Amino acid sequence: MGLSTSILLTIALAPLVGCVLAGFLGKFLGRAGSHSVTILGVAISCALSFYVLYQLTLGGAETYNQNIYTWFQIGHFNASVGFLVDRLTAMMLVVVSFVSLLVHVYTIGYMADDDGYKRFFSYISLFTFSMFMLVMSNNFMQLFFGWEAVGLVSYLLIGFWYKRPTAIFANLKAFLVNRVGDFGFLLGIAAVLYFLGTLDYATAFGSAPSLIGKTLQITAGTQWDAATVICICLFIGAMGKSAQVPLHVWLPDSMEGPTPISALIHAATMVTAGIFMVARMSPLFELSQSALSFVMVIGATTALFTGLIGIVQNDIKRVVAYSTLSQLGYMTVALGVSAYSGAVYHLMTHAFFKALLFLGAGSVIIAMHHEQDMRYMGGLRKYMPITWITMWIGSLALCGVPFFSGFYSKDAIIEAVGESHRWGSSYAYFCVMAGALVTGLYTFRQMYLTFHGKERFTVVAHHGHAHHDAHDDHHDDHGHHEPGVLEHAPKESPWVVTLPLVLLAIPSLLVGFFTVGPMLFGNWFGSAIHVDEANNVLAELGQEFHGSLAMALHGFTQLPFFLVLTAFAITTYIYLFNPAMADKIKSALKPLWTVLDRKYWVDNVYFAVFASGGVKLGRLFWKAGDTAVIDDTMVNGSVSLIHRIAATTRRLQSGYLYHYAFAMILGLILLLGGYWFFGSGPIGSGLVGQ
Amino acid sequence: MITLSHYIVLGAVLFCIAVAGLFINRKNVIVLLMSIELMLLAVNMNFVAFSRFLGDVSGQVFVFFILTVAAAEAAIGLAILVLLFRNRSTINIADIDSMKG
Repeated sequence: MGLSTSILLTIALAPLVGCVLAGFLGKFLGRAGSHSVTILGVAISCALSFYVLYQLTLGGAETYNQNIYTWFQIGHFNASVGFLVDRLTAMMLVVVSFVSLLVHVYTIGYMADDDGYKRFFSYISLFTFSMFMLVMSNNFMQLFFGWEAVGLVSYLLIGFWYKRPTAIFANLKAFLVNRVGDFGFLLGIAAVLYFLGTLDYATAFGSAPSLIGKTLQITAGTQWDAATVICICLFIGAMGKSAQVPLHVWLPDSMEGPTPISALIHAATMVTAGIFMVARMSPLFELSQSALSFVMVIGATTALFTGLIGIVQNDIKRVVAYSTLSQLGYMTVALGVSAYSGAVYHLMTHAFFKALLFLGAGSVIIAMHHEQDMRYMGGLRKYMPITWITMWIGSLALCGVPFFSGFYSKDAIIEAVGESHRWGSSYAYFCVMAGALVTGLYTFRQMYLTFHGKERFTVVAHHGHAHHDAHDDHHDDHGHHEPGVLEHAPKESPWVVTLPLVLLAIPSLLVGFFTVGPMLFGNWFGSAIHVDEANNVLAELGQEFHGSLAMALHGFTQLPFFLVLTAFAITTYIYLFNPAMADKIKSALKPLWTVLDRKYWVDNVYFAVFASGGVKLGRLFWKAGDTAVIDDTMVNGSVSLIHRIAATTRRLQSGYLYHYAFAMILGLILLLGGYWFFGSGPIGSGLVGQ
Repeated sequence: MITLSHYIVLGAVLFCIAVAGLFINRKNVIVLLMSIELMLLAVNMNFVAFSRFLGDVSGQVFVFFILTVAAAEAAIGLAILVLLFRNRSTINIADIDSMKG
């Protein structure tokens, strides 16, 4: 039985209906009504996504690829709305809808006190719809639509607390940085249309081999390989969306948004859109070794260097944010070595454990009354055991400890990079290997600072009447109380918060063990992902694969595990047994610490060059263009010119009758004289003729 | 023998006197009106002279029209003059410069 159009349309449109209802009719539905309709919409999508996955995997359904609606037509170019649903899409659908559903539920608890409750639900449902459109698209145009739509919702949600200047700054920054990437992406799409004449995936990928040997002259005298140009342009789009160096600066700042958003958009789904896109474009990327090398080097740099920043962060969400950057780097590296399934597989496992870590961090933040600084936490494990245990599961998965889901995807990526012979692969191998150590350091540090060690906060009995007022203000201004002073003891979050944690902890723990064989080595994705024989590093690894149990046991003897163990030992010693050590190390490595704390001065450079350059350019146009040319020269200039001419000519206007009469006579004499001497025509000739 | 030229020269002389009266006179609006009348008379002189010379009587008919119009104009001009004097207590041309830019 095949997939029916109505099922796929329902998947995409159910969240949109929820969004519209909660957004426009929220006033009538109320809080409970708003969250019910949106959750219902996403739940329908989620159930149907699982059904689609089941049909494609076990039900023997064929890949669905059909245009449903013609959006617009220009000449021979047809922009249609259509769905391409193969196993890659189905996997993305399940991941997106599952995480989205849990985040919807979680939000009930997290945003309980917020005024923008209904607005929030409307936005996240809109996000889910946009993300579905992105992953289900069967052409570049619709992909771009979904791409921009998720970007828009991301912008709206980062600035959800729009009264906070930092949030406004962060969402503007995210929007602007993404514009840079989208510009490249648009150029890439234009190049696809130019060379292949179509934006439909199936047609474009079918004729992709015709790109070989074609060149493009960008600068005078140099010919660029067409496939390389297309792929690098498309990848620039992915760099913006998936926050790769040097366009990564927006992601840490996006933590200004509410935590459920950080989990859904800025960890699990939207930021992985770039990874998904490159995997989807694998038939194009396979044509260009140079573009893949570029992808790999960028990814490797991101994986290692952003992870290092995570070690020095004190904000619990920022640690997870930098860890997301680093993990996105891992996925990108996997794309760069042609291990597309590895990248997408890591995307899936990462979505589970990273969403878990973010939601866990959110749970901690609720317990700490919106305090995010880890220096004022510690010892929370006895107050919130469910959060504690689930976050440990997420952390171990993140570190790649054998048997956890993160191990299978991450280890496969590291092995695949080691197997690759592409230019730059040794640098990438070093980066991902060192990244394993770094991952361990920041993850365990975060866990110890938050849940273990001494309590670094104090509980002060509050004065009853002040409580409610203060509570309402928390979201808007949570810096108004003393850091580390709580009004009452932290307690475990309500079930709407802990249930998603538990439901995410299960796949974080198990999904790798059961799916690694088919998905990574069993050609599960089929024709959705195309890899050239010569590049297929995963197939080479697959020959040594003897089941997930053997792989995990083998993992205990490998270097990455020892690196994680080292990280564990170091952090355990420092944060459990010798807390003063951290400061000592910090002052001993002051220059290094400064480099990391300043985030390699990338932000400063951008501010100095692009932001202030942009301001200067704007000022130049304002002063020279607008003020000087348009205002002073053209508008006021013409006025003052007329003024000056008038000032001269008004002297002729003496007001004396005899001056005017004289002018009249003079004019008459001149006119007649002119006719007399030079004249032709009736009067002149008549006079001459006499 | 008095020829056509004598009449035309007389008309031209009258016209020039009228023009000179317009320019040189800086005192008095009545003189202006008189100069305009004189100008019309110069034109009439030309009309009569040419009419007689060409044997066409319509020129003389025109003269009657012009005299009538001149009389009406003089009446209106004097009426304006009276109002002007009433309002400004002067008919000195040098003082009448409200149109100065």
